[in-house]
Amino acid sequence: MDERIFSIWVYLAQTPLLWLTATIAIYRVMTLISRRLGSPPLLNPVLLAIIAIVSILLLTNTPYATYFDGAQFVHFLLGPATVALAIPLYESERTLRRIFWPALAGLLVGSATGISAAVLAGRLVGLSEQTLRSLAPKSITTPIAMGIAEQLGGLPSLTAVIVIVTGMVGALFGWELLSFFGVRDDGERGFALGLASHGLGTARSLQFSSEAGALAGLAMGLNGATTSLLAPLLARWLGL
Amino acid sequence: MIDALLGILLFQLIGEVLSRGLNLPVPGPVVGMLLLFAILRWRGGPPAQLSATAHGMLAHLPLLFVPAGVGVIVHLPLLAREGAPLLVAIVVSTAITLLATGLTVHWLRQRK
Repeated sequence: MDERIFSIWVYLAQTPLLWLTATIAIYRVMTLISRRLGSPPLLNPVLLAIIAIVSILLLTNTPYATYFDGAQFVHFLLGPATVALAIPLYESERTLRRIFWPALAGLLVGSATGISAAVLAGRLVGLSEQTLRSLAPKSITTPIAMGIAEQLGGLPSLTAVIVIVTGMVGALFGWELLSFFGVRDDGERGFALGLASHGLGTARSLQFSSEAGALAGLAMGLNGATTSLLAPLLARWLGL
Repeated sequence: MIDALLGILLFQLIGEVLSRGLNLPVPGPVVGMLLLFAILRWRGGPPAQLSATAHGMLAHLPLLFVPAGVGVIVHLPLLAREGAPLLVAIVVSTAITLLATGLTVHWLRQRK
């Protein structure tokens, strides 16, 4: 019997099926648990799912590469989901037109601030050079941030983690922080949240209104582009 | 649903080709998003099916970040050393970025 279970495990451990199913199933369970707890922002399903999966991988001695063979199918959907943001964007066109020029200024300020604040804060707390270079593009969406980190000489896979933590941090208190400082318009808050916290900020904004989510998605896309242009220049200026 | 999915993938593909072919700093999916947005404006809205598929996909957006997040497992030793200061740097700089962006947009709109 043990032998049989072992051979099933050996088979499953090699197919993408196991970790693909596990990723979706664990996320699903975590959304239910999080909802049962009253959806506390700190115990969000993404964080809970990551902790659970990391624990399972460590316990079963499974390398990340094996896990990713299965999970890549979920990861891949980040691209189509970005394209899909065109629909809420279209539905919010009137809001977009209302804040177009201020948003453009906010984009430039936000992108430059995002890179500089990350590097300066990181230096202040004494991070190593390599970690600083991985931290610089933290506000933008994972695939672009990884590309920039590589250009700057950071660790792309560390950047992926930093980007997700940034997304969770923004989702955790961004909306409330902006309200506290008098920014109460849904479109404005969504734009700032998407710019500073990419897809997770966008997901959070979508919870408040479709308009906030649409502008968050737009800001995420635009900041990805702006930051890839500004990062090499600012990196030189910041002495990276 | 298949048409909607095909449409989304096609726009991503076109975006990817344009982005790489023209060496744009904008990533392929974002180019795809902007192209689809332009088409939607031109034709006056998405077909119902596309709208439903897109909203369905976006409802589960956070799930898509799980695989990359699990990558933390590769960096546990580095995080044991630098995790705490790194978290401080992330929290502080994210707060600054949020406020710089939000307040810029907000103030400029009030001045009008």
